[in-house]
Amino acid sequence: MAFLNFLFQPKNELESGGRSAAPAADSDDPVRTCPNCHLDTPISVLKENCYTCSCGYHFRIRARTRIDLIADPGSFAELFTEVDSSDPISFPGYSEKLASAKSRSQEAEAVVCGTAAVGGRRCCLFVMEPNFMMGSMGTAVGERITALFEYALEHSLPVVGFTVSGGARMQEGLFSLMQMAKTSGAVRKHSDAGLLYIVVLTNPTTGGVTASFAMEADIILAEPGATVGFAGARVIEQTTLRPLPKGFQTSEFILQHGFADAIVSRRDQKEVLVSLLGMHEGGLKT
Amino acid sequence: MILGAYETVKTARSGKRPTGADYVRNTVSSFFELHGDRRFRDDPAILGGVGYLRDMPVTVIAIDKGHTAKERIARNFGAPHPEGYRKALRLMKQAEKFRRPVLCYVDTSGAYCGVGAEERGQGQAIAENLMEMMALRTPVISLLIGEGGSGGALALGVADRVWMLENAVYSVISPEGCASILWKDAARAPQAAEQLQLTAECCLKNGIIEAVLPEDDLGSPEFYSRLTDTLYDEFLRLRALSPEELTERRYNRFRSVGRGFC
Repeated sequence: MAFLNFLFQPKNELESGGRSAAPAADSDDPVRTCPNCHLDTPISVLKENCYTCSCGYHFRIRARTRIDLIADPGSFAELFTEVDSSDPISFPGYSEKLASAKSRSQEAEAVVCGTAAVGGRRCCLFVMEPNFMMGSMGTAVGERITALFEYALEHSLPVVGFTVSGGARMQEGLFSLMQMAKTSGAVRKHSDAGLLYIVVLTNPTTGGVTASFAMEADIILAEPGATVGFAGARVIEQTTLRPLPKGFQTSEFILQHGFADAIVSRRDQKEVLVSLLGMHEGGLKT
Repeated sequence: MILGAYETVKTARSGKRPTGADYVRNTVSSFFELHGDRRFRDDPAILGGVGYLRDMPVTVIAIDKGHTAKERIARNFGAPHPEGYRKALRLMKQAEKFRRPVLCYVDTSGAYCGVGAEERGQGQAIAENLMEMMALRTPVISLLIGEGGSGGALALGVADRVWMLENAVYSVISPEGCASILWKDAARAPQAAEQLQLTAECCLKNGIIEAVLPEDDLGSPEFYSRLTDTLYDEFLRLRALSPEELTERRYNRFRSVGRGFC
Protein backbone atom coordinates (compact mmCIF):
# COMPACT_ATOMS: atom_id res chain seq x y z
CA MET A 1 0.00 0.00 0.00
CA ALA A 2 2.87 2.35 0.73
CA PHE A 3 3.74 2.18 -2.93
CA LEU A 4 0.28 3.33 -3.95
CA ASN A 5 0.20 6.01 -1.28
CA PHE A 6 3.39 7.43 -2.61
CA LEU A 7 2.05 7.48 -6.15
CA PHE A 8 -1.06 9.34 -5.16
CA GLN A 9 0.70 11.76 -2.92
CA PRO A 10 0.00 15.28 -4.14
CA LYS A 11 3.05 16.97 -5.49
CA ASN A 12 4.36 20.19 -4.12
CA GLU A 13 6.87 22.75 -5.32
CA LEU A 14 9.57 21.41 -3.11
CA GLU A 15 9.35 17.97 -4.62
CA SER A 16 8.88 18.87 -8.22
CA GLY A 17 11.40 21.70 -8.09
CA GLY A 18 9.27 23.52 -10.62
CA ARG A 19 10.05 20.96 -13.31
CA SER A 20 7.48 18.73 -14.79
CA ALA A 21 8.17 15.32 -13.41
CA ALA A 22 4.77 13.76 -13.68
CA PRO A 23 5.17 10.03 -13.95
CA ALA A 24 3.51 8.55 -16.99
CA ALA A 25 0.34 6.94 -15.72
CA ASP A 26 0.56 4.02 -18.13
CA SER A 27 4.18 3.22 -17.44
CA ASP A 28 4.99 0.08 -15.47
CA ASP A 29 7.62 1.84 -13.43
CA PRO A 30 7.12 5.60 -13.41
CA VAL A 31 9.96 7.87 -12.39
CA ARG A 32 10.32 10.82 -10.07
CA THR A 33 12.66 13.68 -10.79
CA CYS A 34 14.86 14.82 -7.93
CA PRO A 35 14.53 18.58 -7.39
CA ASN A 36 18.11 18.64 -6.14
CA CYS A 37 20.08 16.76 -8.80
CA HIS A 38 17.33 16.45 -11.45
CA LEU A 39 17.98 12.74 -11.83
CA ASP A 40 14.99 10.63 -12.84
CA THR A 41 14.66 7.58 -10.62
CA PRO A 42 12.07 4.79 -10.95
CA ILE A 43 9.72 4.84 -8.00
CA SER A 44 10.46 1.18 -7.28
CA VAL A 45 14.11 2.14 -6.77
CA LEU A 46 13.18 5.15 -4.62
CA LYS A 47 11.03 2.92 -2.49
CA GLU A 48 13.93 0.55 -1.86
CA ASN A 49 15.91 3.56 -0.71
CA CYS A 50 13.23 4.85 1.65
CA TYR A 51 12.29 7.55 -0.86
CA THR A 52 15.69 9.15 -0.95
CA CYS A 53 17.56 10.04 -4.15
CA SER A 54 21.08 8.76 -4.79
CA CYS A 55 22.24 12.36 -4.26
CA GLY A 56 20.90 12.20 -0.72
CA TYR A 57 17.76 14.26 -1.29
CA HIS A 58 14.85 13.15 0.88
CA PHE A 59 11.48 13.22 -0.84
CA ARG A 60 8.57 14.30 1.31
CA ILE A 61 6.46 11.30 2.31
CA ARG A 62 3.09 10.73 3.89
CA ALA A 63 2.65 9.68 7.50
CA ARG A 64 1.46 6.17 6.51
CA THR A 65 4.47 5.65 4.25
CA ARG A 66 6.75 6.61 7.11
CA ILE A 67 4.99 4.26 9.51
CA ASP A 68 5.60 1.44 7.02
CA LEU A 69 9.30 2.35 6.97
CA ILE A 70 9.68 2.46 10.77
CA ALA A 71 7.19 0.06 12.37
CA ASP A 72 7.64 -3.70 12.12
CA PRO A 73 5.20 -5.08 9.52
CA GLY A 74 1.68 -5.32 10.90
CA SER A 75 2.64 -3.97 14.31
CA PHE A 76 1.13 -0.51 14.10
CA ALA A 77 -2.15 -0.09 16.01
CA GLU A 78 -3.65 3.34 15.58
CA LEU A 79 -5.00 5.27 18.58
CA PHE A 80 -7.30 8.25 19.03
CA THR A 81 -8.86 8.10 15.56
CA GLU A 82 -12.00 9.59 17.08
CA VAL A 83 -10.18 12.86 17.83
CA ASP A 84 -10.61 15.29 14.96
CA SER A 85 -11.03 19.00 14.44
CA SER A 86 -13.99 21.28 14.67
CA ASP A 87 -14.07 24.99 13.98
CA PRO A 88 -13.83 26.50 17.48
CA ILE A 89 -13.73 30.18 16.51
CA SER A 90 -15.86 29.88 13.35
CA PHE A 91 -12.98 31.03 11.21
CA PRO A 92 -13.95 31.97 7.64
CA GLY A 93 -13.17 29.21 5.16
CA TYR A 94 -11.77 26.84 7.80
CA SER A 95 -14.45 24.17 7.51
CA GLU A 96 -13.86 24.00 3.77
CA LYS A 97 -10.09 23.90 4.32
CA LEU A 98 -10.48 21.00 6.75
CA ALA A 99 -12.66 19.11 4.31
CA SER A 100 -10.17 19.52 1.47
CA ALA A 101 -7.24 18.61 3.76
CA LYS A 102 -9.06 15.43 4.73
CA SER A 103 -9.71 14.40 1.16
CA ARG A 104 -6.22 15.39 -0.01
CA SER A 105 -4.44 13.52 2.77
CA GLN A 106 -6.93 10.73 3.40
CA GLU A 107 -6.31 11.42 7.10
CA ALA A 108 -8.67 12.79 9.73
CA GLU A 109 -6.00 15.09 11.10
CA ALA A 110 -2.40 16.24 10.72
CA VAL A 111 -0.90 13.58 12.98
CA VAL A 112 -1.22 9.81 13.11
CA CYS A 113 -0.67 8.22 16.54
CA GLY A 114 -0.51 4.67 17.79
CA THR A 115 1.54 1.88 19.26
CA ALA A 116 4.07 -0.08 17.27
CA ALA A 117 6.99 -2.43 17.50
CA VAL A 118 10.28 -1.11 16.15
CA GLY A 119 12.79 -3.93 15.80
CA GLY A 120 10.64 -5.86 18.25
CA ARG A 121 10.65 -3.06 20.82
CA ARG A 122 7.25 -1.68 21.79
CA CYS A 123 6.78 2.05 21.67
CA CYS A 124 4.26 4.80 21.07
CA LEU A 125 4.63 6.40 17.68
CA PHE A 126 3.41 9.71 16.28
CA VAL A 127 3.96 10.80 12.71
CA MET A 128 2.81 14.14 11.39
CA GLU A 129 1.18 14.39 7.97
CA PRO A 130 2.49 17.00 5.52
CA ASN A 131 -0.54 16.78 3.27
CA PHE A 132 -2.88 17.89 6.03
CA MET A 133 -2.46 21.69 6.16
CA MET A 134 1.31 21.12 6.29
CA GLY A 135 1.11 19.43 9.65
CA SER A 136 -0.21 22.52 11.41
CA MET A 137 -1.20 22.08 15.06
CA GLY A 138 -4.75 22.80 16.15
CA THR A 139 -6.74 21.31 19.02
CA ALA A 140 -6.97 17.85 17.48
CA VAL A 141 -3.23 17.53 16.82
CA GLY A 142 -2.49 18.82 20.33
CA GLU A 143 -5.03 16.44 21.84
CA ARG A 144 -3.70 13.41 19.94
CA ILE A 145 -0.07 14.14 20.89
CA THR A 146 -1.04 14.81 24.53
CA ALA A 147 -3.16 11.68 24.71
CA LEU A 148 -0.30 9.64 23.22
CA PHE A 149 2.19 10.82 25.86
CA GLU A 150 -0.40 10.09 28.56
CA TYR A 151 -0.98 6.63 27.10
CA ALA A 152 2.80 6.04 26.96
CA LEU A 153 3.10 7.14 30.59
CA GLU A 154 0.30 4.83 31.67
CA HIS A 155 1.88 1.88 29.85
CA SER A 156 5.52 2.80 30.57
CA LEU A 157 6.39 3.02 26.90
CA PRO A 158 8.94 5.20 25.08
CA VAL A 159 7.68 7.66 22.47
CA VAL A 160 9.13 7.99 19.00
CA GLY A 161 7.85 10.95 16.98
CA PHE A 162 8.32 12.40 13.51
CA THR A 163 7.55 16.09 13.13
CA VAL A 164 6.60 18.00 10.01
CA SER A 165 4.76 21.22 10.64
CA GLY A 166 4.25 24.80 9.62
CA GLY A 167 3.45 25.59 13.27
CA ALA A 168 0.33 26.47 15.21
CA ARG A 169 -2.86 26.48 13.12
CA MET A 170 -4.04 30.08 13.04
CA GLN A 171 -7.59 29.16 12.04
CA GLU A 172 -8.19 27.91 15.58
CA GLY A 173 -6.77 31.06 17.18
CA LEU A 174 -5.52 30.78 20.76
CA PHE A 175 -6.85 27.25 21.07
CA SER A 176 -3.95 26.27 18.79
CA LEU A 177 -1.42 28.27 20.81
CA MET A 178 -2.56 26.55 24.01
CA GLN A 179 -1.71 23.17 22.48
CA MET A 180 1.96 24.14 22.81
CA ALA A 181 1.57 24.34 26.59
CA LYS A 182 -0.66 21.28 26.76
CA THR A 183 1.66 19.00 24.79
CA SER A 184 4.69 20.32 26.73
CA GLY A 185 2.98 19.40 29.98
CA ALA A 186 2.38 15.86 28.74
CA VAL A 187 5.98 15.48 27.53
CA ARG A 188 7.16 16.69 30.93
CA LYS A 189 5.07 14.14 32.86
CA HIS A 190 6.27 11.35 30.60
CA SER A 191 9.85 12.50 31.07
CA ASP A 192 9.53 12.79 34.86
CA ALA A 193 8.60 9.10 34.93
CA GLY A 194 12.01 8.26 33.45
CA LEU A 195 10.63 7.38 30.04
CA LEU A 196 12.39 7.96 26.73
CA TYR A 197 11.23 10.31 23.98
CA ILE A 198 13.06 10.42 20.64
CA VAL A 199 12.04 12.88 17.95
CA VAL A 200 13.01 12.96 14.29
CA LEU A 201 12.66 16.42 12.76
CA THR A 202 11.66 16.29 9.11
CA ASN A 203 11.14 18.92 6.46
CA PRO A 204 9.82 21.40 7.54
CA THR A 205 9.55 21.68 11.33
CA THR A 206 8.80 25.26 12.30
CA GLY A 207 6.88 27.67 14.51
CA GLY A 208 4.82 26.44 17.43
CA VAL A 209 5.81 22.80 16.96
CA THR A 210 9.52 23.68 17.09
CA ALA A 211 8.71 25.80 20.15
CA SER A 212 7.07 22.88 21.91
CA PHE A 213 7.29 19.09 21.61
CA ALA A 214 9.78 19.02 18.70
CA MET A 215 12.49 20.51 20.93
CA GLU A 216 11.60 18.66 24.13
CA ALA A 217 12.85 15.18 23.33
CA ASP A 218 15.67 13.38 25.15
CA ILE A 219 17.23 12.69 21.77
CA ILE A 220 16.64 14.98 18.80
CA LEU A 221 17.44 13.54 15.38
CA ALA A 222 16.95 15.36 12.08
CA GLU A 223 16.65 14.30 8.46
CA PRO A 224 19.35 15.74 6.17
CA GLY A 225 18.50 19.05 4.57
CA ALA A 226 15.26 19.62 6.48
CA THR A 227 14.15 23.15 7.29
CA VAL A 228 14.05 23.49 11.07
CA GLY A 229 13.43 26.77 12.82
CA PHE A 230 11.09 28.94 14.81
CA ALA A 231 10.38 32.08 12.80
CA GLY A 232 9.75 31.95 9.07
CA ALA A 233 12.80 32.81 6.95
CA ARG A 234 10.87 35.47 5.02
CA VAL A 235 9.69 37.13 8.22
CA ILE A 236 13.27 37.24 9.51
CA GLU A 237 14.48 38.77 6.25
CA GLN A 238 11.74 41.39 6.42
CA THR A 239 12.52 42.15 10.08
CA THR A 240 16.29 42.37 9.77
CA LEU A 241 16.47 43.65 6.17
CA ARG A 242 19.57 41.53 5.62
CA PRO A 243 20.12 38.47 3.44
CA LEU A 244 20.09 35.24 5.40
CA PRO A 245 23.28 33.19 5.77
CA LYS A 246 23.72 30.15 3.56
CA GLY A 247 22.18 27.01 4.98
CA PHE A 248 20.19 28.99 7.57
CA GLN A 249 17.56 27.00 9.49
CA THR A 250 18.53 23.60 8.12
CA SER A 251 19.17 20.38 10.02
CA GLU A 252 22.90 20.98 9.52
CA PHE A 253 22.52 24.51 10.95
CA ILE A 254 20.75 23.36 14.11
CA LEU A 255 23.24 20.52 14.58
CA GLN A 256 26.10 23.01 14.32
CA HIS A 257 24.43 25.33 16.85
CA GLY A 258 23.78 22.54 19.30
CA PHE A 259 20.04 21.99 18.94
CA ALA A 260 20.04 18.49 17.48
CA ASP A 261 21.94 15.37 18.52
CA ALA A 262 22.51 13.91 15.07
CA ILE A 263 21.47 13.98 11.45
CA VAL A 264 20.28 10.57 10.34
CA SER A 265 19.45 9.60 6.78
CA ARG A 266 16.04 8.06 6.37
CA ARG A 267 17.73 4.87 5.19
CA ASP A 268 19.44 4.50 8.58
CA GLN A 269 16.65 5.70 10.82
CA LYS A 270 15.11 2.39 11.71
CA GLU A 271 18.45 0.86 12.64
CA VAL A 272 19.37 3.89 14.76
CA LEU A 273 15.98 3.92 16.50
CA VAL A 274 16.16 0.21 17.27
CA SER A 275 19.61 0.65 18.73
CA LEU A 276 18.70 3.69 20.84
CA LEU A 277 15.46 2.10 22.08
CA GLY A 278 17.48 -0.94 23.12
CA MET A 279 19.97 1.13 25.10
CA HIS A 280 17.15 2.60 27.15
CA GLU A 281 15.70 -0.69 28.22
CA GLY A 282 16.59 -2.14 31.60
CA GLY A 283 18.42 0.74 33.25
CA LEU A 284 19.53 0.57 36.85
CA LYS A 285 16.71 -0.42 39.13
CA THR A 286 16.41 1.75 42.22
CA MET B 1 -16.20 51.52 26.33
CA ILE B 2 -16.37 48.63 23.90
CA LEU B 3 -13.91 48.93 21.06
CA GLY B 4 -13.71 47.02 17.81
CA ALA B 5 -11.11 44.25 17.98
CA TYR B 6 -8.57 46.12 15.86
CA GLU B 7 -9.09 49.30 17.90
CA THR B 8 -8.26 47.20 20.94
CA VAL B 9 -5.12 45.91 19.20
CA LYS B 10 -4.05 49.51 18.58
CA THR B 11 -4.83 50.44 22.19
CA ALA B 12 -2.86 47.43 23.45
CA ARG B 13 0.14 48.52 21.35
CA SER B 14 -0.06 52.19 22.32
CA GLY B 15 3.21 53.70 23.57
CA LYS B 16 1.17 55.66 26.11
CA ARG B 17 0.31 52.57 28.15
CA PRO B 18 2.41 51.71 31.18
CA THR B 19 5.19 49.29 30.26
CA GLY B 20 6.37 46.22 32.13
CA ALA B 21 8.93 48.25 34.06
CA ASP B 22 6.17 50.64 35.23
CA TYR B 23 4.24 47.72 36.67
CA VAL B 24 7.30 46.40 38.45
CA ARG B 25 8.09 49.83 39.88
CA ASN B 26 4.54 50.40 41.09
CA THR B 27 3.57 47.00 42.45
CA VAL B 28 6.82 45.53 43.80
CA SER B 29 8.71 47.31 46.57
CA SER B 30 12.45 47.01 47.28
CA PHE B 31 12.81 45.62 43.75
CA PHE B 32 16.30 44.35 43.02
CA GLU B 33 17.03 43.54 39.40
CA LEU B 34 18.79 40.29 38.59
CA HIS B 35 20.50 40.21 35.22
CA GLY B 36 21.57 37.59 32.75
CA ASP B 37 20.90 34.02 31.71
CA ARG B 38 24.39 32.77 32.81
CA ARG B 39 24.86 31.34 29.34
CA PHE B 40 25.17 34.07 26.76
CA ARG B 41 24.15 37.60 27.80
CA ASP B 42 21.57 39.77 29.51
CA ASP B 43 18.50 40.36 27.35
CA PRO B 44 17.23 43.89 28.01
CA ALA B 45 13.77 43.05 26.59
CA ILE B 46 13.03 41.06 29.74
CA LEU B 47 13.40 42.59 33.16
CA GLY B 48 13.57 40.31 36.17
CA GLY B 49 14.32 40.37 39.84
CA VAL B 50 13.12 40.03 43.41
CA GLY B 51 11.10 42.27 45.69
CA TYR B 52 8.02 42.45 47.84
CA LEU B 53 4.38 42.33 46.89
CA ARG B 54 3.09 44.04 50.07
CA ASP B 55 4.94 41.85 52.63
CA MET B 56 5.38 38.81 50.38
CA PRO B 57 8.74 38.16 48.70
CA VAL B 58 8.16 37.50 44.99
CA THR B 59 10.11 36.94 41.81
CA VAL B 60 8.88 39.32 39.15
CA ILE B 61 9.56 39.01 35.43
CA ALA B 62 8.39 41.63 32.97
CA ILE B 63 8.72 42.13 29.25
CA ASP B 64 9.38 45.82 28.79
CA LYS B 65 8.90 47.76 25.56
CA GLY B 66 10.26 51.08 26.86
CA HIS B 67 8.67 54.53 26.48
CA THR B 68 11.10 56.80 24.64
CA ALA B 69 12.65 55.98 21.28
CA LYS B 70 15.98 55.40 23.01
CA GLU B 71 14.45 53.06 25.58
CA ARG B 72 12.50 51.20 22.97
CA ILE B 73 15.61 50.52 20.91
CA ALA B 74 17.53 49.47 24.04
CA ARG B 75 14.69 47.10 24.98
CA ASN B 76 14.48 45.76 21.40
CA PHE B 77 10.82 46.91 21.39
CA GLY B 78 9.97 44.21 23.91
CA ALA B 79 10.88 41.36 21.54
CA PRO B 80 12.93 38.86 23.58
CA HIS B 81 15.80 36.74 22.35
CA PRO B 82 16.29 33.15 23.58
CA GLU B 83 18.57 34.42 26.36
CA GLY B 84 15.67 36.51 27.67
CA TYR B 85 13.51 33.42 28.06
CA ARG B 86 16.46 31.58 29.61
CA LYS B 87 16.96 34.40 32.10
CA ALA B 88 13.27 34.22 32.95
CA LEU B 89 13.54 30.46 33.48
CA ARG B 90 16.63 30.86 35.64
CA LEU B 91 14.74 33.29 37.87
CA MET B 92 11.69 31.02 38.01
CA LYS B 93 13.80 28.05 39.09
CA GLN B 94 15.38 30.28 41.71
CA ALA B 95 11.91 31.29 42.91
CA GLU B 96 11.01 27.61 43.18
CA LYS B 97 14.09 26.97 45.28
CA PHE B 98 13.21 29.74 47.72
CA ARG B 99 9.48 29.04 47.58
CA ARG B 100 8.65 32.48 46.23
CA PRO B 101 5.66 33.03 43.96
CA VAL B 102 6.37 34.16 40.39
CA LEU B 103 4.66 37.17 38.86
CA CYS B 104 4.96 37.74 35.09
CA TYR B 105 3.98 40.92 33.27
CA VAL B 106 3.64 40.11 29.60
CA ASP B 107 3.73 42.64 26.79
CA THR B 108 5.31 41.62 23.49
CA SER B 109 4.53 41.57 19.81
CA GLY B 110 6.35 38.23 19.85
CA ALA B 111 9.69 36.50 20.29
CA TYR B 112 12.30 38.28 18.18
CA CYS B 113 12.65 37.11 14.58
CA GLY B 114 16.34 37.30 13.77
CA VAL B 115 19.37 35.31 12.72
CA GLY B 116 20.99 35.35 16.17
CA ALA B 117 17.71 34.33 17.81
CA GLU B 118 17.51 31.28 15.53
CA GLU B 119 21.20 30.45 15.99
CA ARG B 120 20.67 30.43 19.74
CA GLY B 121 17.52 28.33 19.57
CA GLN B 122 14.47 30.56 19.96
CA GLY B 123 12.18 27.56 19.53
CA GLN B 124 14.11 25.47 22.04
CA ALA B 125 14.14 28.31 24.59
CA ILE B 126 10.36 28.75 24.40
CA ALA B 127 9.77 24.99 24.46
CA GLU B 128 11.91 24.60 27.56
CA ASN B 129 10.02 27.36 29.37
CA LEU B 130 6.69 25.72 28.56
CA MET B 131 7.85 22.36 29.86
CA GLU B 132 9.54 23.75 32.97
CA MET B 133 6.76 26.17 33.88
CA MET B 134 4.28 23.34 33.63
CA ALA B 135 6.15 21.58 36.45
CA LEU B 136 7.24 24.60 38.53
CA ARG B 137 6.50 23.88 42.18
CA THR B 138 5.59 27.43 43.14
CA PRO B 139 2.59 29.61 42.25
CA VAL B 140 2.72 31.58 38.99
CA ILE B 141 0.43 34.40 37.88
CA SER B 142 0.81 35.92 34.41
CA LEU B 143 -0.82 39.23 33.62
CA LEU B 144 -1.05 40.37 30.02
CA ILE B 145 -0.73 44.15 30.16
CA GLY B 146 -0.62 44.96 26.44
CA GLU B 147 0.25 42.64 23.57
CA GLY B 148 0.29 38.89 24.01
CA GLY B 149 2.14 37.89 20.85
CA SER B 150 1.92 34.13 20.31
CA GLY B 151 4.68 31.80 21.54
CA GLY B 152 6.75 34.75 22.69
CA ALA B 153 4.04 35.58 25.22
CA LEU B 154 3.11 31.99 26.07
CA ALA B 155 6.73 31.41 27.12
CA LEU B 156 5.87 33.49 30.22
CA GLY B 157 2.22 32.46 30.25
CA VAL B 158 2.13 28.90 31.53
CA ALA B 159 0.68 29.96 34.87
CA ASP B 160 -1.85 28.99 37.53
CA ARG B 161 -3.75 32.17 36.72
CA VAL B 162 -3.60 34.06 33.47
CA TRP B 163 -5.25 37.47 33.58
CA MET B 164 -5.59 40.22 31.03
CA LEU B 165 -6.17 43.91 31.26
CA GLU B 166 -9.38 45.02 29.60
CA ASN B 167 -7.59 46.33 26.50
CA ALA B 168 -4.82 43.78 26.28
CA VAL B 169 -4.84 41.28 23.41
CA TYR B 170 -3.61 37.70 23.14
CA SER B 171 -3.24 36.02 19.78
CA VAL B 172 -1.70 33.07 17.98
CA ILE B 173 -0.58 35.43 15.19
CA SER B 174 -0.69 39.19 14.63
CA PRO B 175 -3.78 40.34 12.71
CA GLU B 176 -1.46 41.74 10.02
CA GLY B 177 0.39 38.44 9.71
CA CYS B 178 -2.85 36.50 9.58
CA ALA B 179 -4.34 38.76 6.90
CA SER B 180 -1.24 38.64 4.74
CA ILE B 181 -1.01 34.84 4.92
CA LEU B 182 -4.70 34.14 4.42
CA TRP B 183 -5.73 36.92 2.09
CA LYS B 184 -2.33 38.18 0.87
CA ASP B 185 -3.40 41.59 2.14
CA ALA B 186 -2.14 43.03 5.43
CA ALA B 187 -4.68 45.86 5.06
CA ARG B 188 -7.39 43.37 6.04
CA ALA B 189 -5.91 43.16 9.53
CA PRO B 190 -9.05 44.64 11.15
CA GLN B 191 -11.09 41.76 9.76
CA ALA B 192 -8.49 39.24 10.93
CA ALA B 193 -8.50 40.84 14.38
CA GLU B 194 -12.26 40.25 14.67
CA GLN B 195 -11.92 36.64 13.51
CA LEU B 196 -9.02 35.73 15.78
CA GLN B 197 -11.01 36.36 18.99
CA LEU B 198 -8.00 38.03 20.57
CA THR B 199 -9.64 40.48 22.98
CA ALA B 200 -9.67 39.93 26.73
CA GLU B 201 -13.42 39.47 26.61
CA CYS B 202 -13.12 36.71 23.97
CA CYS B 203 -10.27 35.05 25.85
CA LEU B 204 -12.37 34.95 29.01
CA LYS B 205 -15.34 33.56 27.13
CA ASN B 206 -13.13 30.89 25.51
CA GLY B 207 -11.69 29.81 28.85
CA ILE B 208 -8.14 30.86 27.93
CA ILE B 209 -7.87 33.21 30.93
CA GLU B 210 -9.42 33.46 34.40
CA ALA B 211 -10.07 37.18 34.70
CA VAL B 212 -10.23 40.53 32.94
CA LEU B 213 -9.00 43.51 34.96
CA PRO B 214 -10.67 46.90 34.34
CA GLU B 215 -8.37 49.72 33.33
CA ASP B 216 -10.45 52.89 33.57
CA ASP B 217 -7.81 54.41 35.86
CA LEU B 218 -4.86 52.69 34.15
CA GLY B 219 -1.53 53.86 35.54
CA SER B 220 -2.98 55.76 38.52
CA PRO B 221 -1.86 55.05 42.11
CA GLU B 222 -5.33 53.58 42.79
CA PHE B 223 -4.95 51.25 39.81
CA TYR B 224 -1.62 49.88 41.01
CA SER B 225 -2.82 49.61 44.59
CA ARG B 226 -5.89 47.64 43.55
CA LEU B 227 -3.78 45.42 41.29
CA THR B 228 -1.30 44.75 44.08
CA ASP B 229 -4.13 43.72 46.41
CA THR B 230 -5.67 41.44 43.83
CA LEU B 231 -2.36 39.74 43.06
CA TYR B 232 -1.51 39.43 46.75
CA ASP B 233 -4.83 37.80 47.63
CA GLU B 234 -4.56 35.35 44.75
CA PHE B 235 -1.00 34.37 45.66
CA LEU B 236 -2.20 33.72 49.21
CA ARG B 237 -4.85 31.35 47.87
CA LEU B 238 -2.38 29.59 45.57
CA ARG B 239 0.22 29.28 48.31
CA ALA B 240 -2.26 27.28 50.35
CA LEU B 241 -1.97 24.45 47.81
CA SER B 242 0.75 21.82 48.03
CA PRO B 243 3.27 21.85 45.15
CA GLU B 244 1.73 18.58 43.89
CA GLU B 245 -1.79 20.01 43.89
CA LEU B 246 -0.56 23.18 42.28
CA THR B 247 1.22 21.50 39.37
CA GLU B 248 -1.59 18.98 38.87
CA ARG B 249 -4.15 21.79 38.66
CA ARG B 250 -1.91 23.75 36.30
CA TYR B 251 -1.60 20.69 34.07
CA ASN B 252 -5.35 20.21 34.06
CA ARG B 253 -5.93 23.90 33.43
CA PHE B 254 -4.10 23.66 30.09
CA ARG B 255 -5.21 20.08 29.47
CA SER B 256 -8.85 21.14 29.38
CA VAL B 257 -8.55 24.20 27.14
CA GLY B 258 -10.47 23.63 23.94
CA ARG B 259 -11.84 20.30 25.09
CA GLY B 260 -15.11 19.78 23.31
CA PHE B 261 -13.66 21.18 20.11
CA CYS B 262 -11.91 17.99 19.13
